[in-house]
Amino acid sequence: MQAETLSGGFADPSLHSAHAFRSVMEAMARPGTLQDISGAAPPAPLSPAAGAVLLTLCDTETPVYLAGDADTDAVRAWLAFHTGAPMTGPSHCTFALGTWDALTPLETYPIGTAEYPDRSATLIVECPTLDAPSATLKGPGIKESAMLSLPEHDAFVKNSALFPLGLDFIFTSGSRVAALPRSTEVLCADSKPLSREEGSA
Amino acid sequence: MIEYNFAYLDEQTKRMIRRAILKGLAIPGYQVPFASREMPMPYGWGTGGVQVSAAVLTPDDTFKVIDQGADDTTNAVSIRTFFERTAGVQTTTATQEATVIQTRHRIPEEPLNDGQILVYQVPIPEPLRFLEPRESETRKMHSLEEYGLMHVKLYEDISRHGHIATSYAYPVKVEGRYVMDPSPIPKFDNPKLGDMAAIQLFGAGREQRIYALPPYTQVTSLDFEDHPFEASKADHGCGMCAATDSYLDELIIDDTGGRMFVCSDTDYCEARQAAGHIGKDNGGKDAA
Repeated sequence: MQAETLSGGFADPSLHSAHAFRSVMEAMARPGTLQDISGAAPPAPLSPAAGAVLLTLCDTETPVYLAGDADTDAVRAWLAFHTGAPMTGPSHCTFALGTWDALTPLETYPIGTAEYPDRSATLIVECPTLDAPSATLKGPGIKESAMLSLPEHDAFVKNSALFPLGLDFIFTSGSRVAALPRSTEVLCADSKPLSREEGSA
Repeated sequence: MIEYNFAYLDEQTKRMIRRAILKGLAIPGYQVPFASREMPMPYGWGTGGVQVSAAVLTPDDTFKVIDQGADDTTNAVSIRTFFERTAGVQTTTATQEATVIQTRHRIPEEPLNDGQILVYQVPIPEPLRFLEPRESETRKMHSLEEYGLMHVKLYEDISRHGHIATSYAYPVKVEGRYVMDPSPIPKFDNPKLGDMAAIQLFGAGREQRIYALPPYTQVTSLDFEDHPFEASKADHGCGMCAATDSYLDELIIDDTGGRMFVCSDTDYCEARQAAGHIGKDNGGKDAA
């Protein structure tokens, strides 16, 4: 077994996962905000943020789907050693991980049932950057409106139309995390980059 | 500290609760089932709130616990001590200084800010439970948005009492979708649920449900056009601090029917007294 597999986990699991969870929770509760998250050093191509999210939320009860380039032997071995999460395809996963292009189309993921809308997948989307806000967001967790860098728009508009069913998204880049729950209304496509200040308003 | 894992619960339990909290935040007002654990206190003593608090606390947090507004009741003191011992967190009674506030049946008078998390202890999370005892049915009613029965219940209040007599655990509708039990807070507190800057998490231990309100969520109390919702409180000033805008408890103070009204939020009341506001039962001339 390679050293890379054994290393890169949380040095102090209970404390690091507590802090990492607060970042993810703040991101999910306040769509459009960027949160710092740290403590994990996963094998390439995973970002430290994606690694920390996986270590915080995944265990033997959560099937994980690795999409595209994220599905390497090194990543599988690392996840298996640190979380014990079983690997699965997109239709049965609790968490999916990959770049946007690798994760789409979204139709195959579980969106929950009318009586149990929580039984739906959470997609961890690896992004090159979170600093180019491209969409206006409205909804719970947002005071008036917020901006977030999204890889596209139509898929998210469709997803929020499914409410209370639907997928939830966690965006990771470097050591930062943002989130887009299904409850958020994605308003318009706007390719003009806007400043961070407006994004976190 | 060394006898326990951080915040008492094991890591897998916390992950399970954390996943439920995230789904709860993503579907505001929907009750997410979770595998509630036995805690070293009986069901009904806030085990749901304690498990949610354990899942969100970090060592950097300052923790406050209130029981019907009071920091100094048995339940509040023992839960505060529990997390001092198992999580090593700082505790406080000052609303402003706290980052995580666990509450039983009240929302603090002081407006909360966006750095704070309010954790509610919930006895019966299902607002429809007393109208329909079967979980299979209430779940279907939520999925079909079939809330007529709740309006019938409020209407029956009006036909029997002339007004909506429900005064606590007053049902609310979240973002126009799910009808939610705000836990047995007085309806005086209902208007604070919506548009709050803090994150609100609800934990029901015995009933094994977690639900949540993200900040700035639209929360409307159910009502009728001709009987609009009214947040009510005792029509008095606080006997100790003369506050007229806070929720009051009525206390019987002697055997001849003497009574006084005091703020249920002890921190709010003490802060006002320290600032020189004196009520009529506390040596002051009269309530404002």
